[in-house]
Amino acid sequence: MNLFQSTLLIAMIVLSVCLLLTAVRFAIGPTLPDRITAFDLIVANVIGIIAIYTEFTNNEDFIDVAIILSLFGFLGSISFAYYLMKITK
Amino acid sequence: MTMLENIDFQLIKEIVSCICILLGVGFMFLSTIGLLRFPDFYIRMSAITKGATLGLGLILLGIGIYFNQPDILLKVLVIISFTFLTAPVAAHVIGRTAVQNRIPFWSKTNLEEFKPYLHKERLDEVLNTDKYTEEDLKSRWSDDGDE
Repeated sequence: MNLFQSTLLIAMIVLSVCLLLTAVRFAIGPTLPDRITAFDLIVANVIGIIAIYTEFTNNEDFIDVAIILSLFGFLGSISFAYYLMKITK
Repeated sequence: MTMLENIDFQLIKEIVSCICILLGVGFMFLSTIGLLRFPDFYIRMSAITKGATLGLGLILLGIGIYFNQPDILLKVLVIISFTFLTAPVAAHVIGRTAVQNRIPFWSKTNLEEFKPYLHKERLDEVLNTDKYTEEDLKSRWSDDGDE
């Protein structure tokens, strides 16, 4: 295991810890917009993990998953906020 | 030409990619700590929008440098530009929703310039003609009449 692979492993571990901490905020978040924001960060973290996994396995096909996920994460948070505004207005 | 042949380009590529990825992961970690530790919803959202966008951009840039192919670079640039376009829009929409749902501000936030907007929003809420809130408005008006 050379320097590059151990760097990728460290990056993946740190991103997993980020995912856990975001899940804590998702659980204790006092309001619904807090949870929407935490969901946004979860999507960003998963995109980062997929990108590093692409580099780890040297398989270029996984980068398409990151494209689709970035698109759907935006749609998800926007639609959450839109219906929240519709309901409580 | 002999100088160029002596350089190990694979090693340089890996080192630059490593630096980009470690910087990006560091920004991601800082934004996560901000999400967990900041006192207020609006400050937390600011930490997420700035830190996570920059971190994701740096990680993806590291991927693009490592693979060194045009199609991968194109896909990476698509993801980066999409994230940089959509993160502020989503943060704006969620922040607007939070203000209209009366999510409280931190007590130390300076709201002097924001007060006219809040006052106007409160007036607009009474004059709102949205069909979902008609009953709510009627009950509110009857409450005012009772008082």
